Parts: sequence; C-alpha cells; structure tokens
Amino acid sequence: MCLGIPARIVSIVDADAGLALAETAGVRRQINIALLAADGRAPSALVGKWVLLHVGFAMALIDQQEADRTLALLSQIEQREWDES
Amino acid sequence: MSLNTDFRDADRVRALLAAMTPVAGRVAARLGRPLQIMEVCGGHTHAIFRFGLHQLIPDTIEFIHGPGCPVCVLPVAAVDQAVALARQPNVILASFGDPLRVPGSRGSLLQAKAEGAGVRVLYSPYDALTLAKAHPRKQVVFFAIGFDTTMPGTAHSILAADRAGIGNLRFLCHHIRLIPTLTALLEADEVKLDGFVGPGHVSMVIGSRVYAPIARQYHKPLVIAGFEPVDFLQALYQLVLQLDQGRCDIENAYARVVADTGNPAALQAMEQAFESGVDGHWRGLGRVPGSGVRIRAPYRHLDATGLLAVAGPGKAADDPAWCHGVLTGRIKPDQCPLFRRRCTPEHPVGALMVSSEGACAAYYQYRPEQDHPEEARRD
Repeated sequence: MCLGIPARIVSIVDADAGLALAETAGVRRQINIALLAADGRAPSALVGKWVLLHVGFAMALIDQQEADRTLALLSQIEQREWDES
Repeated sequence: MSLNTDFRDADRVRALLAAMTPVAGRVAARLGRPLQIMEVCGGHTHAIFRFGLHQLIPDTIEFIHGPGCPVCVLPVAAVDQAVALARQPNVILASFGDPLRVPGSRGSLLQAKAEGAGVRVLYSPYDALTLAKAHPRKQVVFFAIGFDTTMPGTAHSILAADRAGIGNLRFLCHHIRLIPTLTALLEADEVKLDGFVGPGHVSMVIGSRVYAPIARQYHKPLVIAGFEPVDFLQALYQLVLQLDQGRCDIENAYARVVADTGNPAALQAMEQAFESGVDGHWRGLGRVPGSGVRIRAPYRHLDATGLLAVAGPGKAADDPAWCHGVLTGRIKPDQCPLFRRRCTPEHPVGALMVSSEGACAAYYQYRPEQDHPEEARRD
C-alpha cells in the first residue's frame, strides 16, 4: 500500500480538478496532480515529467539531475573499490 | 528514463557492499556486537527480502524491522469500526486492498464482504468521490489508513468532497504521523539501536529537515533511502560511515525524490483537513502520544466517526503479545511461536502477517530457509 511508483505525465485531463493521464510500465491511468500543481506550477508544465505516484496522487517530481548526481557519487565508490582491489 | 535499471545495477550493488563491509566490520569490532539498524518503513523491509539483500549485507549489520507499516499497526478496534459500518444496510465501505484482510475481533472486512456486506477496494481515496456520485442512494465510507505518505491524498479528497458538496461520503480516518511514532519509540527506550534508515516516501511529503531532533536530541543518525537495491545500500553505507566517523547527522540518499522541505502543497492540505497531536492506540505499540489525527471541525460532516454511535463500540483489542516484540525489535518474526504455525498470510493472527510490507509476511515469503532452521545461518 505504501509503495510509490514512478510514472510519466502524458497529458492533462482536467486542469481545474487536477486530473492528468500518466503512464507507468506501458499502462496509462488517470492520476491526481493537484498536490504538485498547487505549488505555483501550471499543470501543463508537468506534461512529460516523471513523478512519484502514491495512492493515485503525484506526490513528488523525480529530479533527473539529482539522480545523475547520486549515480556519479556511486561511480566514485566503484572506482575506489576497483583501485583498491 | 532508466532509473530503475540504474538503481538495480549489480556492479553498483557489489561496489557498495565491498565499500561497506570493512567499515561495518570496524565499527562492530569497536562496539563488540553487530550494528543495530532500524529500517523504519515496511517498504524497506520488503525490499531487503525481495532483492535478497539480507543474504548480501555483512553479518556485522543487523536489522530491526520498525513500526512503519500502517497496515501492521492498525488496531483491532479500528477494523471493528470499519466492519460494523460495512455491515450497516445501505453502506458501501471502501478502502485500499491491504486493510481489508486485517483481522478484527469479529473478522476482517473481506469476511464481512463474503457475508454480504458492501465492501469495495479502491486504488485511491479520490476514487471514493466517484463512487459516492455513482451511488447517490448509498452512504459511502472511505476507511483511510496510512502514515504521512497517504495522508495528503485523504486530505485532498476530504477538501474536494467538501467543495463538491457530496452529501453521501464520509471518511473513517486512522492515519498515523511518523515523527511522534519514532519519538515515542526512542522515548520509551524500548529499542536498542545505532541508527535509522529513513523512509523515502514519508520523507517526500514531510521533508528531511523534520528529522533534526532524532540526531540532535536522541543522538541517532538517520539516512533517508529509496526503495531500489542501490538506493537502500547507498543509504546504509552512508549510515555506516557516519557511525565509523562518530557523526550523527540527518542525510538524504534519495534526493531525486525527497526535498528538504518535502511537498508544501501536500503538507498544507493535511494541515487544513486534519488536526494533529491526537493520541493514537496502535496494534503492537499501544498508546503513542500525539501520533493520531482527527478531521478538523469545518469538515466534520465528512467524518465517519459520527456514524459510529449507531454501530456500537468495538470489543477490547486482543493482539498477540508477540507482535509488540517484533515491532520493537526484541524478537525476529521467526522467533514468535505462532509464526508459520497458527499465523500465516492465508490465516493471519497478527497484522504483521497481513501486509506484504509486514516483517512477518516478508520473512514468510522470502525466507524459505526458515522451513529448515538447521540450515539457517544468518541473523
């Protein structure tokens, strides 16, 4: 129940109600984006973005730059292990 | 986006394990015992076993499975309330799938459904609005449970139902706040632990800043983790490094999803719909001060507790005492005498066996070696 699912927002269904269409693993379903859009963001700006979906609500944007930063940090660890082995 | 494969990459897993093992060994040698790490969230318990991380992580690290599965701590009295409402004529009781299987004193919601009660599974609390509109002659009750991750969805649905003037929808809320639950555990001094792997999805709502007292006041390091194997091991590595260096900080190893400030719109919706700081009584944990919530006065017409006078009070809770031991890390699930004997996922006695995120269900599903205890070498 508590699991979050990454999903990509495909289109806006009803901007006033905060409803959008999102795709995850090839499956499209209607989700609620009100809790992201309320943050001073135009709903249309969310189209194409990856979000973390929980109980039907987009609860956080997935930040690709932060993901890349984490992976870069990890590659330093990998390199160190390689150097030491 | 290749995030899932990037964060499941075997080479990265190997590198993290190779980096972590000597450091954990050094700290354990200094302490004269394995490191005791609590993974707060049931999603992490599930990930540890699902990805077989328990077989890879060095023996110098021992996990204490925390109370962070809302299904597992759902009290008998709450289930009884929901069952009583579901059995009323003209009521549709809707909830997520997991709570339907939790045993109450007079059976679960699924059993009530089998006996003819109106029970429906919904994916989202927001779907309850559609359900209520589709059944104008019925009273729809959404049984809402969950930690701070799930609360904004319920809060938004309450506010939206109020705006839409939907007259036949109520919410039976048994939500829990995480920080008071953690604080109560630390105050009670029931668990002996060295640090926390922090819950990723609760944190995307509440942010990383709010954990500051865990480090400052209780002197426990906490690192927020995502749910892929690399995410979890990265957080564990950062935690082990902190312990080695004698540091005690709040760190965020899931920055692609969790911001320092969380999700402000979600927090605002929760604040508007709910009053926090209400004492909660949870299965296996007992009374946890300030951990519960109630629907605020302007939205009381949407609060299902008003319907409960008709339903009558629930029977006193009769949780197996062993659940408390597991939730506070005193025993492992397989040390409970009911485990695999009287208590199985098909016939759960305690709620820790109900949810797939519960420690007992994870042990049951992913540790077949426990069928042959003589072969079990870990833990």
